[in-house]
Amino acid sequence: MKRHLLSASDLTLEDAVLILDTAEELAKLVDGPVKKLPTLRGRTVVNLFYEDSTRTRISFEAAAKRLSADVINFTAKGSSVSKGESLKDTALTLQAMGADAVIVRHSASGAAHQLAASGWIAGSVINAGDGTHEHPSQALLDAYTMRRHLRDGKGDLAGVRVTIVGDVLHSRVARSNVLLLATLGADVTLVAPPTLIPYGVEQWPCQISYDLDKVLPRTDALMMLRVQGERMNNAFFPSTREYSRGYGLDDKRVAALSSKAIVMHPGPMNRGLEISAGAADGLRSVIVEQVANGVSVRMAILYLLLGGASIEEVSS
Amino acid sequence: MSGYLLRGVSLLGEAQVDVLIDGGIISEVSKKPLAPTGVHTIDCDGLVALPGLVDLHTHLREPGREDSETVESGSAAAALGGFVAVHAMANTNPVADTAGVVEQVYRLGREAGWCDVRPVGAVTVGLHGTQLAELAAMAHSAARVRIFSDDGKCVADPILMRRALEYVKAFDGVIAQHAQEPRLTEDAQMNEGFVSSQLGLRGWPAVAEESIISRDVLLAEHVGSRLHVCHLSTAGSVEIVRWAKSRGVMVTAEVTPHHLLLTDELARSYDPRYKVNPPLRRDEDVMALRQGLADGTIDAVATDHAPHPVEDKECEWSSAAFGMIGLQSALSVVQTAMIETGLMTWSEVSDRMSTRPARIGSLRDHGRPIAVGEPAHVVLLDPRGKSPFTLENNASLSTNSPFIGMELYGRVEATFLRGRATVLDGKLAG
Amino acid sequence: MDAALREVLDSGDINRALSRIAHEILEKNKGVTDLVLLGIPTRGAHLAERLAKAIESIEGVSIPVGTIDVTLHRDDLRSRPARALLPTVIPVSGIDGKRVVLVDDVLFSGRTIRAALDAMGELGRPAQVQLAVLVDRGHRDLPIRADYVGKNLPTSLKEHVRVSITEIDGNDSVSISGTPGGSE
Ligand SMILES: [Zn+2]
Repeated sequence: MKRHLLSASDLTLEDAVLILDTAEELAKLVDGPVKKLPTLRGRTVVNLFYEDSTRTRISFEAAAKRLSADVINFTAKGSSVSKGESLKDTALTLQAMGADAVIVRHSASGAAHQLAASGWIAGSVINAGDGTHEHPSQALLDAYTMRRHLRDGKGDLAGVRVTIVGDVLHSRVARSNVLLLATLGADVTLVAPPTLIPYGVEQWPCQISYDLDKVLPRTDALMMLRVQGERMNNAFFPSTREYSRGYGLDDKRVAALSSKAIVMHPGPMNRGLEISAGAADGLRSVIVEQVANGVSVRMAILYLLLGGASIEEVSS
Repeated sequence: MSGYLLRGVSLLGEAQVDVLIDGGIISEVSKKPLAPTGVHTIDCDGLVALPGLVDLHTHLREPGREDSETVESGSAAAALGGFVAVHAMANTNPVADTAGVVEQVYRLGREAGWCDVRPVGAVTVGLHGTQLAELAAMAHSAARVRIFSDDGKCVADPILMRRALEYVKAFDGVIAQHAQEPRLTEDAQMNEGFVSSQLGLRGWPAVAEESIISRDVLLAEHVGSRLHVCHLSTAGSVEIVRWAKSRGVMVTAEVTPHHLLLTDELARSYDPRYKVNPPLRRDEDVMALRQGLADGTIDAVATDHAPHPVEDKECEWSSAAFGMIGLQSALSVVQTAMIETGLMTWSEVSDRMSTRPARIGSLRDHGRPIAVGEPAHVVLLDPRGKSPFTLENNASLSTNSPFIGMELYGRVEATFLRGRATVLDGKLAG
Repeated sequence: MDAALREVLDSGDINRALSRIAHEILEKNKGVTDLVLLGIPTRGAHLAERLAKAIESIEGVSIPVGTIDVTLHRDDLRSRPARALLPTVIPVSGIDGKRVVLVDDVLFSGRTIRAALDAMGELGRPAQVQLAVLVDRGHRDLPIRADYVGKNLPTSLKEHVRVSITEIDGNDSVSISGTPGGSE
């Protein structure tokens, strides 16, 4: 594994399966009587959040604490845009605190990349969502959830048919999922109105469709993306009603899924827009489970990046 | 001793001659060795002499952002890059939209003395794109402005663009358009394509440039005016200019050195030094630009030298400023992209970096051949091997160049402005 | 010196040693009541399975067998890159109040057993913990000793003990490689 986790493309098939396998073992432990493992005692993990995301922050925090790491939450209010403290100054502060890992969430695409490449900090950088770029830990927990339901929690996802629906253009979750799922051998189809599919998508390792109903029966895992109603103002679609009609998941569409298919959503949901209450809470939905799986997967990431020797320790 | 004897210099990379510079002019060019007395002799074995370079597109930042560049520092960097004249863009603070500001910049250039600084006047008041600036007043001022541009911003309003094109005919001016359809590029960060789709950076589509160029060449044809297109960056733009020229439209175009060499793949580093406007494009575009420059569709290489303070580049990509400095690396980059690839000769380089830019800017004193009686604007370069471009030899007040720290082809040994050495031995000759 | 492998136990030796340990476990614990075997992956886990079979063939009763991975409790995690985790499988009857026999292939520094005791502490509170190993090669760093030993093997620190078992390696054997004694 590389030292940082910035993009799902940083992971080879072996890396990805190792993370998922490790998460399985950790889940068995923490789902049982074990509340805390000593593995990261003495390591310092910093949650550097430039963007509010309580769920992701809490998930990483729980993961780090269950491995006995010291956790520092650093909620940076500004960014260079709002004339707050610069990324560089913050990084230098964290370096002075001796951070072994920095989990960074930022509204700017590439912020995690820049932190890792800058030489400002010595520890591992974990991308917890950067702008409209990537969110690799979310993709890993999604893959983990799919593997549990569709592949008995083992191996890769070869042949699993995944359909990702919604605002792909602005979605870091979609970008990371497409890359990771391709690595794991899944067949991915993106479904959205053409305005919400990025220009240049032809070279992505996936299929594109504008017709959700056609794809539904050929789907093993259906992932609904959050769609912001405001997108309508930039003419991405004419109205939320028309969007829901074409691309929303309602009870009728759930019924069109095959009997083993699962319904996923990275949250937070816009009930009634991209997903109906019935679909979100129905039998096919694994949305709540995704949240729980997030902790095990993030424990696995932290363990594999921090549990062993750092590069400096190996070379010394 | 005031004169210089350039002994055994390769004229435009061809025949070896002796050139005598004296009294501000080229006083002798001879295939036989000259033996004048009372002049400095420079042994030019292996060196190439070109007419002094003319830049159509330089941001000198003064007045307003003297922390990132001044007329003095920028024109010194120009001299070190082999330039004898630069056109200072109007997007200063205050904007160069009055005779007062352009005369100030012109005067600062003369005081510095490193090269001729020709101010560009803004097309619209404050670059706001709503009302024409007093173009005639700037043209008739001491600065004798001939190029007008809102560079940094596009003159997007078609009626305003039409009027500007028409209006400058009265004093043989030219409108230099920064072709960027504003609505198609709101918050745009890089070339729109596969790389932007992966990086999650908002795309700057080729069509935003090409649609404005298409409109402008048709407007120029309609009103019979001269149009100059700044920094072409796409294969489509080259096609449109080629088509317009074939119809007889009075259009000229420039390309930056970095668009001849670098591609959007470099944005994968999220290193804001690669963030420029227009953005770095695809490999196919780079090849088309080189072809267009080689066949003359593109008239000039212009640096778009754009200094920025460190804090505007040492930040998130989306917050970073657009642009890179380029005066000192321009000739090296052109050598890499055009000479080392066999696409152009030194004679063609001198046409695109001296003769034609001088003509576009109506600089009668520049872009002249190295011939007896001509003003002595000469650059001597050593095209052999590579030499480092470092923070130490960078004369700009800014450092935003991806070429700093690299070994680059060629080295400017000397620059002569009206017979006076501004650079000798690769260093400023104070 | 020759660093070739020297076989010290063959498959017959290993079978006899395991059979003897099975008898000793039954004798010491006076039967199979509350007995649980926990193997330390990877080879210890298979040895635990074999011991359970041996006990079953003697007593006619099957006893709970599980595995316990010590990776997350090791004290040498930082000496090399993070290792993959191995399975921990606790029998459904649990370990609280049980007599747990930990099973491993080689007892050396004692640090693995220390980690196993820590890992077990997270999972429950056995009435008693015992230790069975196929080979004890000495050189303990910690005050730990085995209750059941297949073979005591005096070794030098420069030697390596290699245990092969059929389930993983295709054959059963214990060999030593490297230099005996101090001289080289
Ligand atoms: Zn421009």
